[in-house]
Order: sequence, then structure tokens, then C-alpha cells
Amino acid sequence: MIKHETIEKNIGLMILLIIIVISGGGLAEIVPLFFQSATTKPIEGLRTYTALELEGRDIYIREGCHVCHTQMIRPFRAETERYGHYSTANEDVWEHPFLWGSKRTGPDLARVGGRYSDDWHRAHLYNPRDVVPESKMPSYPWLFENKLSGQDTATKMATLKKLGVPYTDEQMASARDEVEGKYEIEALVTYLQSLGKLHSVYNNKR
Amino acid sequence: MSAFWSAWVTVITLAVILGCTWLLLATRKSQPHQEQTEETLGHEFDGIAEYDNPLPKWWFQMFLGTVIFGLGYLALYPGLGNFQGLLGWTSAGQWEEEMAHAEEAYKPLFAKYAALSIEDLQKPENETGLKMGQRMFANNCSVCHGSAGTGAYGFPNLTDKDWLYGGDPATIKTTITGGRQGAMPAWGAVLGEDGVRDVANYVLSLSKREGIDTEASARGQTQFQALCAACHGANGTGTQALGAPNLTDNTWLYGGSFEQVTHTIRNGRAGVMPAHKDLLSTDKIQLIAAYVYSLSQK
Repeated sequence: MIKHETIEKNIGLMILLIIIVISGGGLAEIVPLFFQSATTKPIEGLRTYTALELEGRDIYIREGCHVCHTQMIRPFRAETERYGHYSTANEDVWEHPFLWGSKRTGPDLARVGGRYSDDWHRAHLYNPRDVVPESKMPSYPWLFENKLSGQDTATKMATLKKLGVPYTDEQMASARDEVEGKYEIEALVTYLQSLGKLHSVYNNKR
Repeated sequence: MSAFWSAWVTVITLAVILGCTWLLLATRKSQPHQEQTEETLGHEFDGIAEYDNPLPKWWFQMFLGTVIFGLGYLALYPGLGNFQGLLGWTSAGQWEEEMAHAEEAYKPLFAKYAALSIEDLQKPENETGLKMGQRMFANNCSVCHGSAGTGAYGFPNLTDKDWLYGGDPATIKTTITGGRQGAMPAWGAVLGEDGVRDVANYVLSLSKREGIDTEASARGQTQFQALCAACHGANGTGTQALGAPNLTDNTWLYGGSFEQVTHTIRNGRAGVMPAHKDLLSTDKIQLIAAYVYSLSQK
């Protein structure tokens, strides 16, 4: 019988046993997900982000939008009444990295596309309080000054392709032209308007 | 889930739970004595020694309690591969149940108000319907039109009687359902900077603005009749069928200062109201329309 003292006094053995115990959770809960059709097969009709949307997504990540906004509608009536159909794993098969977030200071954005006009998004991102006086979201005026070069857009697409996102050669070839010279705000608004619009399987009527 | 992965999850989950239980019992058994004593492990650092006692009873029992809870949970809820649990619970099923309950509770209420006209909904006995409309307005419309419906720069005030597309109940409903797409062209290239200033002078003269350059205004009038009157009308009172605003009052969607008006003429405007037919049910649109209508009836 292994003694408590033996484990306590052999740090290598203790590390090994700890790894065995804690890996149980990951092996049972995470590893099988890599092999399930529900998590690896994209939802019917899912399209990839366009070059401009992809750049907008990177700005979304850069500005830390996911720190205050989730993109994960949970299956509760209180959420689906407000945001639309609950999120499912097959919608996010091509999201690298996923932007589900874990905290909502602002509302969920998983299906925000089409809910507000482009003008509203621009006004809101320039100074949120111009349209929502009670808002505590920061202003992002530099998005209206910075321009995109489009230098890395095709490379980003190629990297995503390696991860299984089916970008075509035509998309990569025209990526730079679609992005170059555009203001960051255009990319971000285009991305926001695409959220929830990449497929049309769910009825989002509330 | 395939049989392999189902077995994988089941075996690992149970092995971890049973392994922890075994570890708990095995280390307790190997303890030289089961009672609390003053005996120490024999080492001492800076005068601090360590008792050689088994786990406190409350701790030991709590650990066993978590094991029993875990096994009970796995029996009732889905957790062991393809085994659905004795309760048959799923998160989607719980959501559907919630929705069915809500449907049962609210359907008669919505049906009652859907059968009424928007004018009838203004009557005091239908106050609840208007209040429901107000809540849904707060959730869906206030982000642009403000929580009181008073609008913002670029987003119309709904509490006045000045309507771009018309303020009768049917038109309000059409606007919410199908959305609106404003389309004022940019005239900067056509008019040139001087032309833009001339037209701005004329436009502002329509609402009796003080300090108008009358000569410029006269030149602007000619241009206005040629370029602007098709939508805004020969006398500038606007055309609701096109969403072209009345320029003779003092309500300005994009600001009424000289600079703002020249900006509008130079660059055009394309305000968008998103369509809500795919977002809200017709019953809800009915109540929101009734609430919006009530805002301008006070």
C-alpha cells in the first residue's frame, strides 16, 4: 500500500499523480469534443468572413470588445427573447479563436448584425453617449483615423485555412484590394453587421 | 456520440471518482491510528511540529458526501456518454419548456391586443397593452430613438408630430416591419462649394432663419427648384412617400446650423431604419407601433 508519506516525500511521484487526477476532467470533457460532429461540422450554409470582416474581427479582438461583450446566447428564454436563437457549437466551427467571452458588461453580440444601422454603429463607436446617454462603453475615435494596409490579410486567411476554414484562392488573391485604404471603423462595422448573418438556419424572431 | 467516445467518457469519469474515493480510503487505512493523538511526525522546523493525525471526521465525511452527490448527479442528468440520465433533462428541452410556458401565459394577451386597432389600443382600458409596447420599445428601439423616444442626432424624435414617412398607425407599422432606407444624394460635386452655400441659404430661409444672405438665397432657390424640389416639394414642405423631410419647420434630423445643413447638401444622407420583420413577431410590432403612435398623441 502506497503511503501518504511516500507521496509527500517524492515530489516527482506527487506531480505525476496530480497530473493523472486533473487530466481526468480534460480527457472526459474536452478531448471527445474534438471528434464530435456537433462541434466539428459547420452549420448548413455557413459562410466564411470576407476580407474586410476578418480585419474587423481582428480589431474587435485588439480593442478587447470580447472582454465586455459575449457572443454566446444561452438557452434561456430571458436571453433568446432579447438576442434571438440560442448559440450552438456548429456556428463557431470556423472561429479561431472563438469570441464567446465570459462576462457581459454590455449586451451579447452574437446576433447583433442587422439590428442597428451602419450610421448608428459609427456614432456609437465614436462616442457611445451620443446615442445611448446612459452608456459606460469607452469611445474609439482612433478607428476613424487609422487606415488598413491589407498587407497581412491574405496571410491571415492562409493561416485560418490551415486550421480548417475553407478560404478559396480567389478570396486570398483579392483580400488586399478589398481591405487596403479602408478605415478601421468600416472593417469593424462590417464585422459587427455580419454577426449572426453568416448562415440563415435559425429563426431569430422574438 | 459514437460507442467508443461514450465508453471513453464513462470509463474516465467513473475511474476518476472511484480513484479519488480509493485514495481517500487507502490513505486513511494506512494511517497508524484512527484517533486524534498528540503524536507528531517527528520533524520540527523553527519549533513547529506536525501532528500525525487522520483527516478530521467532518472533512472525511464531506468528501464522501461529494462522491455520493456526484454519482447521484450522473444517475439523474446526462454526464456518462450517451446515457441521458433518469430525468431526461437537456438544456434545449428546458428552453422549450420555458418557451411553452410563456406562450401559454402570453398568447391570449397578445391575441387580445392583436385583434384591436392601434387607435383602440390608445383607450385607457388597454393600458396594459401600451405598457407592454413601452417595454418592448425600451428593449428594441430605445438604442437609437432614446428611452423616451425623443431621438438623437440622425435618429428621429418620435414624440413630436413631425414625421418623415408619416405618423398614422398603418405607416408606423410599415416602417417598423419593413424598415426605411433614406437616400438623399450628395450634391457637392454637382453644385460646387458656392452652389452648396447658396442652396443652404435658401433652405434656411424656408424656416425663416435670421441672417440669411438674400442674394445667395435667391440663387439657391433656382438650384433648389431644379434639384431638390422633386423630393422636398416646390415649397420645401417635403414628401412623406419618399421620406423627404419638411424643410420649412424647425425640426432637423441632422442639425439645423448653417454648417450642418451645408454638410448634408454636400455629402448627402442615407439614414437607415432596420427592418424588424425577421426580428419581432407581428403581435409585438402591433404593440410597439401602438406605443410609438401614443407618443405623438399626447
